[in-house]
Amino acid sequence: MWSLSSISNAIHTWLNETFNPTWAMIFEMVIVGVCVIGLFAVLGLVLVIMERKVAAWIQIRLGPNRVGPKGMFQSMADTVKLLVKEGMTPNGVDKFLFNLAPLIAMIVAMLLMAPIAFAKDFVMWDLNIGVLYVTAVSSITVIGILMAGWASNNKYSLMGAMRSGAQIVSYELSAGLSILTIIVFTGSLNISDIVLSQANGWWIFKGHFPAIVSFVIFIIAVTAETNRAPFDLAEAESELTAGFHTEYSGMKFALFFLAEYINVFIVCAIGATLFLGGWMPFHIGNWEAFNHIMDYIPSGLWFFGKTFFLIFLIMWFRWTFPRLRIDQLLNLEWKYLLPISMFNLLLATALAILGWHF
Amino acid sequence: MVEEIGNTTEGDLIINVGPQHPATHGVLHLIITLNGETIKKVEPHLGFIHRSIEKMCESLSYRQFIYVTSRMDYLSSHINNHACALTVEKGLQIEVPDRAKVIRILMDELTRIASHELWWGAMAMDLGAFTPFFHAFRERESINDIMEETCGARLTMNYIVPGGLMQDIHPNFQKRVKDFLSLYKSKIHEYDELITGNIIFQNRMKGVGYLSPEDAISFGVTGPAARGSGVSCDIRKLYPYDGYENLQFDEILETAGDSFARYMVRIREMQQSVRIIEQLIDNIPEGDFQTKTKAVLKLPKGEFYTRVETARGEFGVYIVSEGGTTPYRIKFRSPGFSNLSALDKMARGEKLGDLVAMMGTLDLVIPDIDR
Repeated sequence: MWSLSSISNAIHTWLNETFNPTWAMIFEMVIVGVCVIGLFAVLGLVLVIMERKVAAWIQIRLGPNRVGPKGMFQSMADTVKLLVKEGMTPNGVDKFLFNLAPLIAMIVAMLLMAPIAFAKDFVMWDLNIGVLYVTAVSSITVIGILMAGWASNNKYSLMGAMRSGAQIVSYELSAGLSILTIIVFTGSLNISDIVLSQANGWWIFKGHFPAIVSFVIFIIAVTAETNRAPFDLAEAESELTAGFHTEYSGMKFALFFLAEYINVFIVCAIGATLFLGGWMPFHIGNWEAFNHIMDYIPSGLWFFGKTFFLIFLIMWFRWTFPRLRIDQLLNLEWKYLLPISMFNLLLATALAILGWHF
Repeated sequence: MVEEIGNTTEGDLIINVGPQHPATHGVLHLIITLNGETIKKVEPHLGFIHRSIEKMCESLSYRQFIYVTSRMDYLSSHINNHACALTVEKGLQIEVPDRAKVIRILMDELTRIASHELWWGAMAMDLGAFTPFFHAFRERESINDIMEETCGARLTMNYIVPGGLMQDIHPNFQKRVKDFLSLYKSKIHEYDELITGNIIFQNRMKGVGYLSPEDAISFGVTGPAARGSGVSCDIRKLYPYDGYENLQFDEILETAGDSFARYMVRIREMQQSVRIIEQLIDNIPEGDFQTKTKAVLKLPKGEFYTRVETARGEFGVYIVSEGGTTPYRIKFRSPGFSNLSALDKMARGEKLGDLVAMMGTLDLVIPDIDR
């Protein structure tokens, strides 16, 4: 299988030959940082235009169609507008926390990029506890939201933030438990290992019933965790105007907006990695010829294809379902999803011990 | 203003919903006392879009004042005009030609469907589902096109004059209405698939915002909101006007009294309107569309009252005449005002998110509340 590791190895060797090791490492960090920021910007633009086009398609209308071919540059125009807008800080807010909150949301989204395997041998930080890292860091998002809600000195913002806090803390449990199901099968927290373990079939096919259940629960839980409809209670336009970011405008609002989309991308990437094989092409057991043909499709394409399929799924939810009420939302988690995923984990463990998965 | 029952205590959160808020669909101001997410009290404040329409009508002639009412409940403007024309005709004892009567009813029912379509879309949007709004507008647009062709306007039609209609229907009218009916019938199942049958939607609506029949009567709630509580109040059945007595249609009643009942009343009412249109569209009698009336209308001294069923409920027109060319006093009984007054009763003890849903099921049009 063609791999990107030759390129990264070549750069690594060249840097180490040309400079001393300290400088080489600093340069490598800079390159990675630039890549992350670049990816961030591109993903933000792509996801926003994708959301608008998907929404338009579902809502029998055209969507943006003025800027560029078929409106493809609309999100760039929006970005320029947001950049040149005045960054207002209203009177009576806690200025420090108010300005810090969007940065936290943004930084968390950036940190989450680190352990994701974008293609074969293309990981920024091949961490041996990658999945644990993702679940741990993603829970910091709620601090940014609570901070924004509290610092805004606005009742709508506060209510949105409190809702969001309750929601994210609850849904992390079932997201975590459904991730655990796959970890039980794999026996590793390393994202590269998880992907490699799916070389003869993705976990959603290999893991029998528990894998399918945990996949469904995972998708529901991450939709809630990223505050997207039908679980968008933190923003709840018709109830709380704009929820926790009511008082934000200009680039500060854009950071929240961007962070939301990047979070959607990351949770979908994790979902694709755990259940759909990440960059691993579609392999069936030991059908050598078929597997070989599949290997010709670049691994990055597999990864982004799967991720964008899941993103499309989440966008589809958003434009189809009405919003839940806060008590129904918490009931769904604590009375249904959590018991089901606990039982499911038990079942998965039994399967893993007996070795009944493929 | 609502009386002080729910006392505010320490720790209650008072929030102002409106006058600029996405859920109020206009400039309504609600002062809501919350305990966490639970509503303790809702206090509507009115007056942000008061245009003193009743006072304005006193200086307009009996031909002119009809069209001011288009701007009250702009979603059933045709039905408002109809009510005013009926009152003037009652006072002057003008006999309206059969053709005009049938066309008036056809237009009434088309307006009702258009209004309920908009309500359905806006209602779903209140609950956080954006897509239904566009689906509803797809059908509503074709009604607006029919209106535009015949009346010359899409929203405030101003099609009715005392004694008949402003002009005859467009030659395409019957064909266009039949096209609309076939479009509507081919799409109506989408409504149920997208929203009515949705488990999230049903959980949001069922058992929420209960309004007992006694409360509905004592608050003067009318229209689909009252019929959702099982109160029979369809003026088209109880006090028929312009030939509704000859038509076959059902008064929709639901007994649950919750948001879902009110929702279902409107959904089923649209089908009854379709039924009425189907009965009439091929049977428009030949003849004049207007009777000859005097150039200047003067109502005899006295008091005149008429009521009709708009898309929102009972709309009444009360005219006091001193025998002159303009009314001495006009009072409109608008459905939205009474329906809004029941909101506090319905909302207490419910969650904030459901308040929006309840307001949706009351189908409030703010210029109708605030004249």
